[in-house]
Amino acid sequence: MIAIPLRELVGEFAENKDIARTIRESQILPALKVQEDITLDFSDVTSATQSFVHALISEPIRQYGNDVLDHISFKNCNETVQKIITIVTEYMQEAA
Amino acid sequence: MVSMKVHLPNSAFLGNIESFLQGFNPSDPGSLHITANSKWISVHPVVLAMVAALGQIVPKNKITCDTFEAKSKHYFERMGLFHFLGIDSGIMVTEHESAGRFVPLTQIKDSGTLSRFVTDMVPLLHLDPIHAEPIRYIVSELVRNVLEHASSPYGAFVAAQYYAKSNAIRIGICDAGVGIRKTVSKFHDAPDDAEAIRLALMPGITGTTAREGGTEQNAGAGLFFIKSIASINGDFFVLYSGAALYKLLKQHAHKRHVLHADPFADRHSIKNNVPAWPGTAVGIDIVLDENEKFSTLLDHIRPTYARAVRERKRERYKKPKFI
Repeated sequence: MIAIPLRELVGEFAENKDIARTIRESQILPALKVQEDITLDFSDVTSATQSFVHALISEPIRQYGNDVLDHISFKNCNETVQKIITIVTEYMQEAA
Repeated sequence: MVSMKVHLPNSAFLGNIESFLQGFNPSDPGSLHITANSKWISVHPVVLAMVAALGQIVPKNKITCDTFEAKSKHYFERMGLFHFLGIDSGIMVTEHESAGRFVPLTQIKDSGTLSRFVTDMVPLLHLDPIHAEPIRYIVSELVRNVLEHASSPYGAFVAAQYYAKSNAIRIGICDAGVGIRKTVSKFHDAPDDAEAIRLALMPGITGTTAREGGTEQNAGAGLFFIKSIASINGDFFVLYSGAALYKLLKQHAHKRHVLHADPFADRHSIKNNVPAWPGTAVGIDIVLDENEKFSTLLDHIRPTYARAVRERKRERYKKPKFI
């Protein structure tokens, strides 16, 4: 299991898709490749954009299918962040 | 040869933006001549952003500007318009001539600058957290669209202003890039600028792929989210690119929560014969009194977003042949 604390990488408002891409490519996809579970820790992240969350997790869902959500946990998300993550995960599953 | 012309009228906000378009003549992009109403000029920040963006595609020595006579001329100096046009206006701004709660014209050319800007603009507008959340969301998504799709070396121009009388924040974001039609047409059929705008506002349509769900970096949902935020709050939203101008009109109170994937199903106006804008301009008004909590907005957006992709997939189903 690897934990990725996002606040120190993306700040209080998670909107920078370039950073999302770096996290996805350097941490999330390599961990999934070796079947390691991931915790994305949103402590002290007050909000996020749909674009940021899409850039973070849409490709893992596309590559590994809906079951990848059994291996990614979203920790310490406030109401807004939870809703944005839910929107993106639903959308990607509809699009699959 | 005739210059490209811009006239700053007495009043040009999203409801009457046509007054600005009437004085915009893009015929010769090799030079730019700016005139203004001599009594009073009051314009939406998107107008400032547009003029600043135009000033980048014309050589600075080909930009001419009549002397501003209007009593409100200091505002344009304070907002940084002349700076971006490379013109010495001769207007002196003193401390007591504050423009109030505002974000002056800012040019953003890269991702890191955008991240700093969305953090820094909140205190400039004196926003409390409930109002800051949708506003920084909108600015981030719109400027990122410019950085990713406009192919402009000049990036995005942003300006914002608080208006006490209407208790509203008005935001303008503009570029002088390739425009929506060129971007959308890479993967979708957009026979004219109006259809390109329609496609760009639909959830799941992106200029980076024809694939449902988008690419790993683009979902094609940014503009749909922003139009939805404006719709639910009963705010104006204007999207102008090429010869097309889409205006989301204030939605009737009892219909605000009915979101449509197709922007032409919303209460709107569309014009497809306005003076061609070389890029994309977006204006939005956020009335603070009527702001719904951001997380509540997301509750309304969620079902429409997922339904749109489902319905589009269904349209592509093979039909049985009954013989």
